Amino acid sequence: MSNATSPQFKDNARAALADPDLQNALKFVELNFASRRREAVDKLPEFDELRDSSRDIKDHTLAHLDLYLEEYEARVNAAGGHVHYATNAEEACRIILDLCRKLGAKTVTKGKSMVGEEIGINDFLEANGVTPVETDLGEYIIQLRHEMPSHIIAPAVHLTKAQVEADFRRVHTQLPRDRNLVDPASLLSEARGVLREKFLAADVGITGANFLVAETGTSIIVTNEGNGDLTQTLPRAHIVLASIEKLVPTLDDLAQLLRVLARSATGQEMSVYTTLSTGPRRPGDPDGPLDYHVVLLDNGRSAMLGGEFQDMLRCIRCGACMNHCPVYHAVGGHAYGWVYPGPMGAVLTPSLIGIDKAGDLPNASTFCGRCEEVCPVRIPLPGMMRSWREREFERHLSPATMRAGLAFWAFFAKRPWLYGLATGLAARALAYLGRTHGRFTWLPLASGWTRRRDLPAPQGATFQAQWKARKAGR
Amino acid sequence: MVEPGKRVGLFVTCLVDFFRPSVGFAAVKLLEDAGCIVEMPRQSCCGQPAYNSGDRRTARAIAEQVVEAFAPYDYVVAPSGSCAGMLKLHYPHLFHGDPNWLPRAEAFADKTFELVSFLVDVLGVAKVDAVCEATVTYHDSCSGLRELGVRVAPRRLLGTIAGVTIKEMRDAEVCCGFGGTFCVKYPDISDAIVGKKTANITASGAEMLVAGDLGCLMNMAGKLQREGSTMEVRHVAEVLAGMTALPPIGVPPPSIAERKP
Amino acid sequence: MSGRDHVLSSIRRSLGVTGREAPRRKAVADRIAGHPRGVVPARGQIAAAERLTLFARMMEAASGSVARIADRADVPVAVAEFLRQHNLPPAIRRGEDARLVSMPWERAGTLEVTTGASDGTQLASVSHASGGVAETGTLILVSGPDNPTTLNFLPDNHIVVLDAKDVAGDYETIWQRLRERFGAGIMPRTVNMITGPSRSADIEQTLILGAHGPRRLHVILVGEAG
Repeated sequence: MSNATSPQFKDNARAALADPDLQNALKFVELNFASRRREAVDKLPEFDELRDSSRDIKDHTLAHLDLYLEEYEARVNAAGGHVHYATNAEEACRIILDLCRKLGAKTVTKGKSMVGEEIGINDFLEANGVTPVETDLGEYIIQLRHEMPSHIIAPAVHLTKAQVEADFRRVHTQLPRDRNLVDPASLLSEARGVLREKFLAADVGITGANFLVAETGTSIIVTNEGNGDLTQTLPRAHIVLASIEKLVPTLDDLAQLLRVLARSATGQEMSVYTTLSTGPRRPGDPDGPLDYHVVLLDNGRSAMLGGEFQDMLRCIRCGACMNHCPVYHAVGGHAYGWVYPGPMGAVLTPSLIGIDKAGDLPNASTFCGRCEEVCPVRIPLPGMMRSWREREFERHLSPATMRAGLAFWAFFAKRPWLYGLATGLAARALAYLGRTHGRFTWLPLASGWTRRRDLPAPQGATFQAQWKARKAGR
Repeated sequence: MVEPGKRVGLFVTCLVDFFRPSVGFAAVKLLEDAGCIVEMPRQSCCGQPAYNSGDRRTARAIAEQVVEAFAPYDYVVAPSGSCAGMLKLHYPHLFHGDPNWLPRAEAFADKTFELVSFLVDVLGVAKVDAVCEATVTYHDSCSGLRELGVRVAPRRLLGTIAGVTIKEMRDAEVCCGFGGTFCVKYPDISDAIVGKKTANITASGAEMLVAGDLGCLMNMAGKLQREGSTMEVRHVAEVLAGMTALPPIGVPPPSIAERKP
Repeated sequence: MSGRDHVLSSIRRSLGVTGREAPRRKAVADRIAGHPRGVVPARGQIAAAERLTLFARMMEAASGSVARIADRADVPVAVAEFLRQHNLPPAIRRGEDARLVSMPWERAGTLEVTTGASDGTQLASVSHASGGVAETGTLILVSGPDNPTTLNFLPDNHIVVLDAKDVAGDYETIWQRLRERFGAGIMPRTVNMITGPSRSADIEQTLILGAHGPRRLHVILVGEAG
């Protein structure tokens, strides 16, 4: 899998906390996303019912995924398209490269695709002589910077306007150096101009898919910019890269999910462009691709079915979880080290790249529960993070000191009479040590706490000791 | 409504037991004032540190002890949303599929409550007699809020205290960054989160911070005090029980010279 | 074993099924054939005339503009007026939609009308929507020679004619119309659901209109409910 730095989560987080540009950018995330979602949800009384309905549709689909895939494939074929199945990233990359080669493609425009990041398609195509051009503004910006996206729907959310301006000036050397790029609108305008040429020149367009509909063999993209539509309409061929769990049974099921997606993601009633594509252009169509291919990616998802983490496959990639996560607000997306950040990344990443490579992710959570509270398909995210912690504990993957500390504590906690004795002594001792100031600015074994906070001192004898004394009439 | 004389087993919680017993005594007073008979069986912990660290076996062993120890009581009450959530919501998960223990765990969960929610929603307590001149801001601890729905009850009771004005802080329901083992496993991130919380607390203009979970309170008090704040930090039980003469969290008892003759 | 066989057998192994079980196959066939409706918000379930008002309000909230006219014969003049208002050259490209073709374009004076797909050089296009959804102020456009898809995305200014009678209260009604028009399980190459002009908030979350698609979306809503 493309360069995961998830094992370095703690280092990544430390760097993120010390990065003033990132911290400035993250302020916007914390401020805006949650309030916009709240406003949109408040305007739709049926929202919670729609969440239940969406969850049920996804559960039903996953329980019948093999059959819905077969139905979907038959419909795509009937419409003149082609379906390719890829068991893993390497196969998916190979299939796409072969298609590009068959079509003689030199440049490929791309709509935003997290699955594309997952399989590392851009690097693979470049290494094999095909030039991919990201067209989503956020993806285009991070492509210039050779970075991964830091958020699943707002890939450049970690950047300030100044950083974007610097990158545009660095790369768009064909434009006049004294041009004004003070406000975001001028940056957008410049990107629009640069990318318009690429849209028109591309041989192949690759998009992801937010949903696939079995009833009609249709792929759906949900965007605001219109880049996905230009990507899939102008070139000779349209390749859809989608993971297998994107499937929903019918158009009516799609409507349920559309009603919760944009509201959960950006607080919009509907995204500007929701596009349903089925097969290549029909006879008589004046535009549209001549070829339509769907590459369906497994990459570990089929193994999640029927198990503890199946519910994670309900995810519709709205980003609400990370928009409400205090940990994500503090460190941003790159700290998570791979494609999927925030709470959904903490649960999905270990399934896809292994818990041994992503051990910190499900641990770096306070279990505050906001993610589960806002998830449009009611994924029990904290519970599944806990399941990963259980797996780590069973496999002895947690740090030895933590295990030892836990074992020490457990010895006493399982023996309440001994526990009372030990805590009785320790509380009085610490209370005595802390009697002057009422708190500790430093305490052995507690430096993790006391480095940044004071630690309140115990009041004196434990409650249990005092209660016992009270009962004995003392 | 509960008839007077019901036996309540107090689950004092390990943090209250060790760091701040006055919260336990405040809970006892509130429960006794409402007509309950309060008892406290020997106990250690609800097992959450093990549970959240992935050590399900230890968590279950502790849970069996707790369910057993509290069997004689009509109700189990804890002055903590986090512990009450563990007992009420997660214990049944621990015994999932066990025909022997699951019914016992479910019966236990059914009779377990967080303190303030027990007072208001079960006992029907509408007001308290405490008096306290203070502007107070209330932090919603995550488990109490999201697992148990505790939000209105503490504010309602605080509002009945003569002299108390409530000033809501921005983002009262956002996590304080404690998260049990989280704050020691990821101290830098925890610190960043609590730093935002203390800024909101200070900006509220209140002089006293109140919440229902001692873990959160110690975390916020510790950070406030490291920042030099004079904010008084107390547990909601203490304020409702009128025990505000006690030194707040992190403040030492007055020296002999300071005490009144 | 092909990729297809690998993936399907892996799914079946995880689910503990063979894929031949009759109840499962029936459940899938039934759902696709019956396409049951889920939760439909009350918001759009209102009388036809109110739907038009709701549609306009929602489209405007999404930064589109809406002009209401009584008669389709007035469309060309309304188009020319829009172009004048925004200091645009009097030229539009449209498709072969019979409803557009039959409009009296000569009444729009100097307006130059060309037909076909867009090649990226047109500043303004005119499409005829196949429908609208009042619930969110969403236009429904279907690909084909009548209304080429490129007209929806390449020109800076997109003008869409929408008949009042085609404004539905919800998406479900639109799906049913598509099924009736194209047949069960069959769709045209593209159905665009468009709610406002293109936009991006990718730079410091500042919302800006006119990303890669049109900067302006103008709806000419023709007629009354009926």
